[in-house]
Amino acid sequence: MDNVKLMQGNEACVEGAIKAGMRFFAGYPITPSTEIAELSAQKLPRYGGRFIQMEDEIASMAAIIGASLTGLKAMTATSGPGFSLKQENIGYASMAEVPCVVVNVQRGGPSTGLPTSPSQGDVMQARWGTHGDHGIIAFSPSSVRETFDITIAAFNYSEKYRVPVILLMDETVAHLREKVELPTDEEINIYNRIEPSNIKQEDFKAYRVRKGNTVPTMTPFGGKYRYHVTGLAHDETGFPTNNKEEAEKLIERLVYKLEKNIDDISLYEEYRLDDAELAIISYGGTARSAKSAIDCLREQGIKVGLFRPITIWPFMENKVIQLGKKFKKILVVEMNLGQYVLEVERVASKYCDIFRYGRVNGKLIHPDEIISKVKEVYKNA
Amino acid sequence: MPNQLIKKYFRMDKLPHIWCPGCGHGIIMHSVIRAIDNLGLDKNNVCIVSGIGCSSRAPGYLDFNTLHTTHGRALAFATGIKMANPNLDVIVLTGDGDSSAIGGNHLIHAARRNIDITTIVFNNNIYGMTGGQYSPTTATGDKGTTAPYGNIDRAFDLCDLAKGAGSTYVGRATVYHPNVITKLTEEGIKNKGFSFIEAVSICPTYYGRKNRKGTSVDMMDYLKTTSINVKSLSEKEKWNNIEKIVIGELYNMPASEYTEKYQNIIDIFEKQSGNMSR
Ligand SMILES: Cc1ncc(C[n+]2csc(CCOP(=O)(O)OP(=O)(O)O)c2C)c(N)n1
Ligand code: SF4
Repeated sequence: MDNVKLMQGNEACVEGAIKAGMRFFAGYPITPSTEIAELSAQKLPRYGGRFIQMEDEIASMAAIIGASLTGLKAMTATSGPGFSLKQENIGYASMAEVPCVVVNVQRGGPSTGLPTSPSQGDVMQARWGTHGDHGIIAFSPSSVRETFDITIAAFNYSEKYRVPVILLMDETVAHLREKVELPTDEEINIYNRIEPSNIKQEDFKAYRVRKGNTVPTMTPFGGKYRYHVTGLAHDETGFPTNNKEEAEKLIERLVYKLEKNIDDISLYEEYRLDDAELAIISYGGTARSAKSAIDCLREQGIKVGLFRPITIWPFMENKVIQLGKKFKKILVVEMNLGQYVLEVERVASKYCDIFRYGRVNGKLIHPDEIISKVKEVYKNA
Repeated sequence: MPNQLIKKYFRMDKLPHIWCPGCGHGIIMHSVIRAIDNLGLDKNNVCIVSGIGCSSRAPGYLDFNTLHTTHGRALAFATGIKMANPNLDVIVLTGDGDSSAIGGNHLIHAARRNIDITTIVFNNNIYGMTGGQYSPTTATGDKGTTAPYGNIDRAFDLCDLAKGAGSTYVGRATVYHPNVITKLTEEGIKNKGFSFIEAVSICPTYYGRKNRKGTSVDMMDYLKTTSINVKSLSEKEKWNNIEKIVIGELYNMPASEYTEKYQNIIDIFEKQSGNMSR
C-alpha cells in the first residue's frame, strides 16, 4: 500500500509534476500556492532537477521559458496578483510556442483581495489575460487525486501542443487533505516533445510545421540545431517578419492548433446526468458542493445531474450546445459573479434557459445554497 | 579578417540590420563577436539573449542559439537557461532602458546571485526604439521627447549599480574603443560568475539630435575626448568621476558561482542514492 497517502492538493500537484518529468521550477511565494514552491524546492534536487526562487513572478515566468528552451520540463506556481504579473510572458510562451505549466491557485480578488480565501475569479484572466489572439489550455481539478492526474496531463498537453498550460486550481482543492491512491508508473502516460531529425543546419527551420501536423517539432538550445526565438511575429524560420500573410498564418495557427484538436483536449465528468431534468455546470472545488446537492435533491425526487468541465479552455462549445439542446434549464455554479457562465450563455442560450449562482465573499458555496437555487429555478418554470 | 568573422558568426541572410546610419550598436555587436572568436567558444554552446530595444535586435543577426525576449526580461530568461543547463555560455545583450529601468530588478538579482552570465549593456543614454524618451542613464538636464524641458531625474552609474549588487566582474568601454569592449567581454566570459560590461554607445538619431550633439562623428569625438582609462585614476576617482567616462576593468573579484552551488546540492542526493529515481 505504498501508493496510498494522505495528501494535500498542492502536494499532489508537485508529485504529479515530478512524475510528468518536471525538472525545473521557478517561483515567487504567494498564498495559497506557496506549498507548491516549497515542495518543489525540497524534491527537485533529489531527481537531479533544479529549483530557483526568482525576484518576482515576471522573472519566474521568464525563467521557466528559458529552462524549457534548454529541454527541461518546467513549471511555475502562483496566485491572483502573481498570475496577473505573469501574463506578458505567458503571451510570450504562446507566441514562441514554448511548453510550460503555470499553476494558478486562485484567491479572492481583485488586487490583493482576500488572500487566504477560495475563489474561481480568474477564469477569464486565464483565457484573456495576455494581449492578442492565441490559444490557451486551462484545466481545473476537483480533487486531490485528480490534481495529480491533471498536472501530468498539463505537462503532456503542453509538450504536445507547444503551449503554456494553466492549471487553474482553487484554494478548496489546493489545501484539502484527502486519502489518495496514486497510480503505478505503468498506468501513467508521459508525452515527450518530438525532436526534429535528419535535417542539415542550413535547411533547419525551427517553426516549420510538417504536413498533417499542427505544431512544429522542437529542439533544445545547446542541442543539434542553432536557431532564433522571438516574441515578434515570425515566419517558419523563427525570424521576425512584417509580412501580413505570414503573421496571419502564424496567429491563426496558434489559435486553431488547439481548436482543431478540441476533442483531444476536452476532459470532463458527467454525474447522474443521464436521466436528469436539470443540468448543473460546475467545476473545481465548487463541483464537490454541487455533487452533494445533487445527491440530496435526488433523495427528494428532483432529478438533477452535473456536467463538470475539467478542461476550462478551450471552451467545450459542442458539448455545451448538446447540453443546451437536451436540458430545458442549465444552472452554472461558480465562485465568482459570472465568468464561465458567459461562455455557456454564448453558445446555449438559444436552446435553453441558463441560470447562474455565484458568490465572491471568500466563503465556499454550500450544497444547501445550491439546493435552494435549484428549487427556485424549478419553481420559476 | 572582419569579413571572415562576419561569415563565421553572422546570419548573412538577416542583414542588413535595422540600425540607423551612424548608430554605435553595430560596433558593440562586432566587438562581442571578436571576443567570442578570440576565446574559441563553440557556436552550438553559446546562447545569446536580449530584451527589447534597438540594441536587443542584435541576437537576430548572430548565428548562435538566440533568444529575443520581452522588454527588460532578458536576464530572467537567461537565468532560467543557465540554471537549467549550466554548460551553456550565456551572454545577454541589452539596452540601458531594458536593463536598468524595466529590467532593473532582474539586473540586481542576477548580480546578487553571481550566476555565470555575461551582460553587455548598449548604453546610448536614451530609449532609441520608442523614439527618444529619457532613460535612467540620461544625464540630468539633458533632453528627451518626454523631457522637453530637461531631465530632472538623476542618472544611474550602471557599473556602480552592478558592482553594488554583487557582480564579480565589471568593466566599461565606449564605441570609440572597440578593442576594449572586446577585451572586457573576453574577461567577462572567462569570469565564472556574473559579469557586467557597460558599452557606451551613441544614438545620433535621437539623443544626438535632441541634445545638439552633432553628427555621429562629433559624438564619437566626444567619447574619445571625455573618456579616461581607469589605470590613470585612484580607487576613489574610479567610481566617482562624473566629469569623465572611466573605461577599462573596474572590478574583478571572483566569488562562488550560483549554478555550481546548486550542483553541490544535487550531488548530495546523487551520492546518497547512487542511481536516482526518475
Ligand atoms: C512592457 C513594455 N513596455 C514598453 C515597451 C516599449 N519599448 C520598446 S523598446 C523600449 C526602450 C528601449 O530602450 P533601450 O533599452 O535603452 O534600448 P535602445 O532602443 O535605446 O537601444 C521601450 C520602452 C515594450 N516593448 N514593452
Ligand atoms: S534609434 Fe538610435 S539606437 Fe536606435 S538604431 Fe537609430 S541610432 Fe541606433
